Amino acid sequence: MPQIAQILETYASQAFWLLIVFGLIYFVIGRGMLPKIEATVDARDRKIADDLVAAERAKAEALTMEGSSSADLMAARAAAQAEAAAAKAKAAKDAENRLAKADAEIGAKLAEAEGGIAKARATAMASIEAMASEAAADIVAKVSGAKVTAAQAATAVKTVMANG
Amino acid sequence: MHQFQIEPIAHLTLGGYDISFTNSSLFMLLVLGAIWVFMAGGMKGAIVPGRWQAAVESVTGFINNMVSSSVGPEGKAYVPLVFSLFMFILVANFMGMMPFGIVPGVHGFTVTSHLTVTAILAIMSFGTVLVVGLWRHGFHFFALFVPHGTPWWLMWLIPAIELFSFLIRPFSLALRLFVAMTAGHVLMKVLAGFVINGLNAEAAWVGAVVSLPSFILMIGITLLELLVCAIQAYVFALLTSLYINDAVNLH
Repeated sequence: MPQIAQILETYASQAFWLLIVFGLIYFVIGRGMLPKIEATVDARDRKIADDLVAAERAKAEALTMEGSSSADLMAARAAAQAEAAAAKAKAAKDAENRLAKADAEIGAKLAEAEGGIAKARATAMASIEAMASEAAADIVAKVSGAKVTAAQAATAVKTVMANG
Repeated sequence: MHQFQIEPIAHLTLGGYDISFTNSSLFMLLVLGAIWVFMAGGMKGAIVPGRWQAAVESVTGFINNMVSSSVGPEGKAYVPLVFSLFMFILVANFMGMMPFGIVPGVHGFTVTSHLTVTAILAIMSFGTVLVVGLWRHGFHFFALFVPHGTPWWLMWLIPAIELFSFLIRPFSLALRLFVAMTAGHVLMKVLAGFVINGLNAEAAWVGAVVSLPSFILMIGITLLELLVCAIQAYVFALLTSLYINDAVNLH
């Protein structure tokens, strides 16, 4: 077995070259390159963690925003409804007022017209009486030749008319 | 056994020691180059990794997880060491499995099939544990040999057993890797020999009866051997991180 047969003649060379090579591997690769690769991995892990945190935060923000916007919407709707109700009520009151006013106007006009009619009737009645008493006096004078005073005729007419 | 032979490529000496550049040294440099290329491909630092970067990051993440799960948050400082051990052993094992032999005159070599190499790696692992343990806990580090809840009447035995199991660690680390790689390569060599010798046999039926089953078995053993390459690297790294855990946290 050469490993053992040659050990005395080769150990120095083996050790010498192994120490050089392993030293290079340890110091150049293990201590020089390895930390950089690990730093890359760490940076990536940190970036992923940061991104996850940021995404989480954005999600929470969006959720609160959604909540507040829906609340806003509800408030706006309620306000609009209140406004609409107020407008409706106001319109109804307006209409009522106008109706009442018109009613009153019509009533007044009616009363006035009725007053006019009554007055006209009264004057007509009076003129009918006068005419009737005159006519009655004329008729009496023509028929009987008796002179009837206007006052007498008037009382007579009045009694007749009162009787119907 | 020729595959384990160390042959000098350039003769060098330093202070009376023979530090020749050998085929073993060459393969160590190949391993270094392969690891460097692999790691350099993952250095883009892109937030969204490409395939290569994802592969490199999965390997570093694997070692990072292993160390932090066995040592805890303080294990961060030992990730480079465990990672270097893991990568060196893994790539050296795989480099030994590469079919360099199909090019005439080129011979593959498995760095980790040499006891000298595995022993030095194990000593590094064990030495780190000793230095870290003594540095952090001073004399209290020897409390490691007296587990919690040891009955007083076993005080003469348990520390001795614990000390023995502690001292055997570098040997078990070194021998496990060395034996696994050597045995695997010897087994493949033997099976490959069956295939070749069966085909070269004078009787034609020997080829069918010996070579074909050996060849099929060879495919399975090769796959198994690739698995062993990864497992041995994993075991070495895992045990190192567990031993470091002993040193850092006692137990």
